[in-house]
Formats: sequence, structure tokens, C-alpha cells
Amino acid sequence: MKRIFLVNAMLCALGTPAMAQEDTAQFGAGDTPFLIRSTTDIAILAPALTAFAERTPDLKITYEQWGSNALDATANAACDGAIRPADAVFSSAVHLMVALVNRACARPYVSERTRALPATRRWRNEIWGVTQEPAVMIYNTELIARDDVPTSRFDLLDLMRDAPDLVRSRIATYDIEESGLGYLFAYIDSIEATTFGSLLEGLARSQAVATCCSAEIIDSVSKGEYLMAYNVLGSYVQNAAPVNVGVVLPSDYTLFLSRGYMIPKNATNPTAAEQFLDFLLSDEGQASLTAAGLLHTTAPDEQRDIQGVRRSIPLAPPLLVALDANIERDFLSRWNDAFSRPPTP
Amino acid sequence: MVTEVPGSSLLSRLLTGVVLILAAGGIIVALSTWFNGRAASWEAYDRLLLGAANDIAESIRIVDGTPRVSLPTSAFELLAQAPDDRVSYAVRGPGGGLITGQAETPTPNATQRRDAVFFDGSMQGEQARFVDVTRRFAEREFSGDVRVTVGQTMIARRALAVDLMLNALVPIALAGVALILISIIVVRGAVRPLDRIAEDMAARDPYDLTPVSVEGVPREIAVIVNAMNRFMGRLDRQFTAMQSLISDTAHQLRTPVAAIRAQTETAIEETDPNERARLLGRLARRTRSLGSLLDQMLSRALVVHRTDSVARERIDLRQIALEIVEARDHEIVAPGVDVELVIGETEVIVAGDEFSLVQAGKNLLSNAIKHGVPPVRVGVSEANGRALLWFEDQGPGIPPGVLAQTGERFQRTAASREDSAGLGLSIVTAVADAFDGDIETAFGEDGFRIALALPIPPEETS
Repeated sequence: MKRIFLVNAMLCALGTPAMAQEDTAQFGAGDTPFLIRSTTDIAILAPALTAFAERTPDLKITYEQWGSNALDATANAACDGAIRPADAVFSSAVHLMVALVNRACARPYVSERTRALPATRRWRNEIWGVTQEPAVMIYNTELIARDDVPTSRFDLLDLMRDAPDLVRSRIATYDIEESGLGYLFAYIDSIEATTFGSLLEGLARSQAVATCCSAEIIDSVSKGEYLMAYNVLGSYVQNAAPVNVGVVLPSDYTLFLSRGYMIPKNATNPTAAEQFLDFLLSDEGQASLTAAGLLHTTAPDEQRDIQGVRRSIPLAPPLLVALDANIERDFLSRWNDAFSRPPTP
Repeated sequence: MVTEVPGSSLLSRLLTGVVLILAAGGIIVALSTWFNGRAASWEAYDRLLLGAANDIAESIRIVDGTPRVSLPTSAFELLAQAPDDRVSYAVRGPGGGLITGQAETPTPNATQRRDAVFFDGSMQGEQARFVDVTRRFAEREFSGDVRVTVGQTMIARRALAVDLMLNALVPIALAGVALILISIIVVRGAVRPLDRIAEDMAARDPYDLTPVSVEGVPREIAVIVNAMNRFMGRLDRQFTAMQSLISDTAHQLRTPVAAIRAQTETAIEETDPNERARLLGRLARRTRSLGSLLDQMLSRALVVHRTDSVARERIDLRQIALEIVEARDHEIVAPGVDVELVIGETEVIVAGDEFSLVQAGKNLLSNAIKHGVPPVRVGVSEANGRALLWFEDQGPGIPPGVLAQTGERFQRTAASREDSAGLGLSIVTAVADAFDGDIETAFGEDGFRIALALPIPPEETS
């Protein structure tokens, strides 16, 4: 309990100043302002934004990059009219997005392209999943022999049981308290399969490290600080393009995340938001997202394998369960009991 | 009945009726299907809500003296059966304090203490349906009610209600259209004979008054056609009577008028006063005879006209006989001839026109006096269910063949004789025809008898 308090205090300390965006970029030189708030790194989405700005020369696009929890707080505040709303919100923490839609904070839009999306990737015509990114395991190719690489959660469990000394303190995953996305992945894991309990136990026994931020995790695996990392967003790995890092799509099941795109109900320029959505869903936009690693394309030889184990996270009300206060508290305490925190440098 | 302005068409009247009935029925049916559909849909989705609420209520555990909810995903999977509806839930402790969920979820304002209370509320300004389920705890560490409220917007239930309504309405609408089509076809079919009749009438020459065929004509319309046929029949008889009057008159007057002219010319040229006086006497007889011929022709025309145009009355035939005898017309023709009246005590009723019957009787009497041999008797009797007005004399009777010709329009025998017994008989024949009777002749003990036999009408019940 003490630890939870401490962590919460830390979150508060970090959270309040985090009500500001991490970074901002401008695209286009038109007169009509168009504000996007997103969790996606500017660099990743820049090509798509540039292409869109070329198509719509009248727009002056402001792209703000936020942390997922801070973005959610901002969007909720904007929904209540407390602060200026964005024209479009684009976040990987889709459970928070679904909650926003459930609070009637979104504005509906229907076009031929949104209709073409599968049912799991849209809800109420108010939130759309425009990307497809797998949650993967990554490993250091120099430290683990190719044959020893765990290809599923069962392999990972075996590895942790058979070679406790090798893996001790050398497996990393998201700190789910700080990362909305990490929490979402862990939560979906907990309802997707019974392996979650033993996985949590195994990770705890191996003194796995729950840490922040995709970039750091990937970097540390690349440097050999960690042997491997669990539940890392595949798109980040592709963009970081680190040396010595291998990617495994777990063969028992692979979670696929569709980043949620939403138009706030009180957006000042919803037309631009609708245009941008249609652009992202167009062939050109999808090609651009694929190039940015945000749309996972399955190689022909792995196609058959991946189809059966693919688990898309549906954009639907059941995600609200993840946000339930009791569930979150229970889940976090269970998680915290299992994990040790890395020593603060 | 006949109006100058043509009335609206039968088809449009019927269609207006059908459409009005369908519209009224349609509105009633639409309302009832809407209410039924709404009730069914509300019940279905209320059950989903209740299921979700019960799922949540089941998941409540008491941990360290406080209720804890491990919100089941299944509850939300259940609610996701209404895929586009937003959801809201709250779990509240005994004091109303929020255990988990959304604080803005409303609570039922009723104080009902039932296990499950459904109520309408709003969710961020949108109409929504809620259920409130109470779970009671009586544990050592915790006792009291924990209330689970689950709500959902109404998109899916409204869509289902509309769907159910349309499912019920579409067949009814189709039936309505079919009904209209059938009405059109039936009315067209029923009215088609009228077109045929109209064409038939238009194609006729102006003197064709033969009946229109009612074959294939619906009974309702056949009534009109029959009435029209009857009317045309009357017209035809009048027309024929008029024609025969004109031609008879022309034909029958030619000979006597020619004779009178010849005798007049002879009388003018005659110088001998005695001969001249004889000629003038003959001339006077001729003109008198011409006058009576004219009288008879006019009375025949009148009889023929009246039989068609005057309503039949119930008349005592004895009255007619009395009138004939008392008129004493015969005394002018044959003074001194005695006429005996033979009538009974009971009345003999026939349906007819008094004037026509009297004219027929007078003609028969005058024939009997002129051509028969006295004594002449006039009588009324009943025989074989028929009423008879008879005349008897001791003469030879009517020459054979005369009677057979009397019905004919043109009377050569009548024309050939100055005193025109045939014309008189033709009046009798016309009257007999008009009142469904006939002429009977017989030789009996009392000599030659000629009778006008008429049916006895049924008793009037008044």
C-alpha cells in the first residue's frame, strides 16, 4: 500500500505539469487553423501530415504531441468546455478514447472510407481505428541465440523457469502506471488468456523491470542492458530501427492495436478533421502509415500463422471495464506486488 | 335521379372509400404495431440491461469490510448487443456513496424497494434507459444494500421497434395496394357492360326500340337495363299505336271519303229533285257512318294509349257491365232491341282501366246488336278462375278468321266495311292484351257467346 501511495504521489508530481504538450509542429501555411492532439511522435506522422498539408493548402496544421494520460485529461477538459478543444484527437490509449466517446464528447462522421472499416475498428461512427500495430516481444539478437528465442508466451514462461539466472532483472515491459498503452496491453492480456497470471508470477520471480517509454526500452535491449522486452508496440521498434534487436509476434496470440481517431464534439474545424481522417484512410494515407510502421503488413509466409492468432483490440464499450476505478486499483496493486521498480538513476 | 352534371365516377368513389378505409386502418395498425414493437423492443433491451446489472451485482465482494466490484467484461459484452449505444454504470454503497462507476449515473427517484427498478433518464443530454438492481449484504464486516445502476442510450431499442413495426406494416401495406388494384379491376369489370350498352344504343337507328340484351350484365345494372327495356317497350307500343292510327286512319278514311265525294258530285249533277233527295239521304248516312268510324278509331287509339300509361285499378266487372248497358248507346244503332243484364250478387274484381274496359264492352255489345240476332244478353261471371264479361245473341257468330285477324295492326275487313266491326274487335283485342286476358267465343244453348276473359287479381291485404 505504501508503494502505491508513493507511486501516486510521483504521478501527481509528474502529471500536473504534464498537462502541457510534449512537442509541437506546424504543417502547411494556410489561413484556417487545424489543431491535432496526438500521442504519436511527430517524426513518425510527419510524412503523412506533410502530404495532407500539400493537398489542403488552405489549412495551417498545428500538431501537438502529448502523453496518453495527459491527452485524455486535456480532451476531457475540452469536452467540458474548460479549455480550447482540438479539431482532432489521435491516441494509442484507445480505452481512454472509447471512454471519451461514451461521455458523448465526440462528433459523428460517416464517409465511404469510414464505412469500409471493419466493425472492430469503429464505434458509433465517432471513433475510428486508423492504424494496426502489433504488441510484440523484442530481444537482443547477440545475447539470445536464434533457436532459444521464445516465440510465444509459453516459451517466455519456460525461459524464465529454466534459466532464472540468465533472465534475472533483464526482462523489461511498460510501467503500466505511467503508460496508458502499457496498462491497456496488460489489461487485455489479463482477460485474453489464463497465461497472464503465470506470466505475472514469472516476471515477478525474474525480477522483471517495469519501466517507462518505448524508446528507452528498445534502446536498452539494443545495448544489451535487457535481454528482452515484453509487450512493446511494434511500430516503435520499426521506427527506432535499433541494431541487435529481433522482433517476435507471439504465436499463441498477438494483440493488435488500432490507434483511435476522434473528432471532438465542439471542434472548431471539424471539416478539416474529417478530411484528415479520410486522407489517413485513403490509399495514399494508408501507404504513408505503412511506411511509418503504423500499419503492420504481414509477410506472405507468416500470413497463415498470424491470421489465427491475431487479436484486434475492438473499439467498443467493453474497454470501459479497463477504466473502472475498482478494476484499475485491483489490477495495479496486483501488478505492483509483482514488479520491482528500477533504481532511480 | 337524372342530373345534368355527371356524377363522379364509380371507380373514383370506390377508390376514395377504399383509400380512406385503408388510411384510417393504416394509421390505427401503424400505431398499434408501433406500440407493440416498442413494448417488445423495450422488454428485450431491458432484459439485456438487467442481465448486465445482475452480472455486475454478482461480482461484488466484501473485502476488508468494504464492497469491491470486479467489473465483469461479460456485462459490457452483453450491453454491446446494442452496438452503437453509450453506456453508463454506477455501484453505490448503503449511504449512496459511489463505490465505482460514473458519478453522473442517475438513481431512480422512486422509493420503491424492489429488486430491479427500470427508469428513464438522461445520459449527457441524450435519452437513456436505466435499471437499478439492489444487492443486500448481511455479513459480519458489512451489511446493507449495494445498488448497481446500469444505463444505456436508446438507439438500438428504437431501431428494433421501428424494425418490428415495419415488418408488420409492409405486408399490410402490400395488402392495401392489392386491395386497391382488385377494386380497380372489379369495378372496371362491372362497369364494362355499361360501355357495351352505351355503344349498342349509340349504334341503333332511331326507330329501333327492341330490348337491350342483359346477358353478362351484373344484376344491379340489369335492373336499370330492364327498366330501360320496359320503357322502350312502352315507347315502342305507343309508337306502333300511333303509326297504326295514322295509317289506319288514312287507309280507312280514303274509301268512305272517296264515296262521299263521288256521291256529292253525283248529287250536284242530278237534276231530278227526287233522285237528288235520295242521294243526299245516302250521303248523310255515309257521313254518319264515317263519324262513328272516326269515333271508334279515336277510342281505339285512346284505349291503346291508356293501357300503357294509366295505372291499373281494382274494378268490379259488374260495374262495367252496368255502365255499358245504362249508356244505352245501342239504342242509337238499333232502337227497340232489348238488352238483358245478367249479373250476380258477388262482386267480380279485375285489375284494369275502367275507360278501356267500358270501351271494349261497348264494342262487343254494339257488334252483338248490329250483327247478331236478338235477344241480346250481357253478363258477368267467374269461370276457371277467370272473370268473364260476356255477350250473347242468337246470331251466327263471328265469321271464322275475323277474330284471328283482329290482333293485327291493319284491318282489311274493318276498312272494307262502313260500320267497321273489325275495328271494334281490334279495340277489344287490345284491351284483352293490355290486361293479360283474351277473347273467348263459344256456341251454347243460349246462342253465340263472346267473352272478355280477364285474370282475377289476388286479394288485396289492406
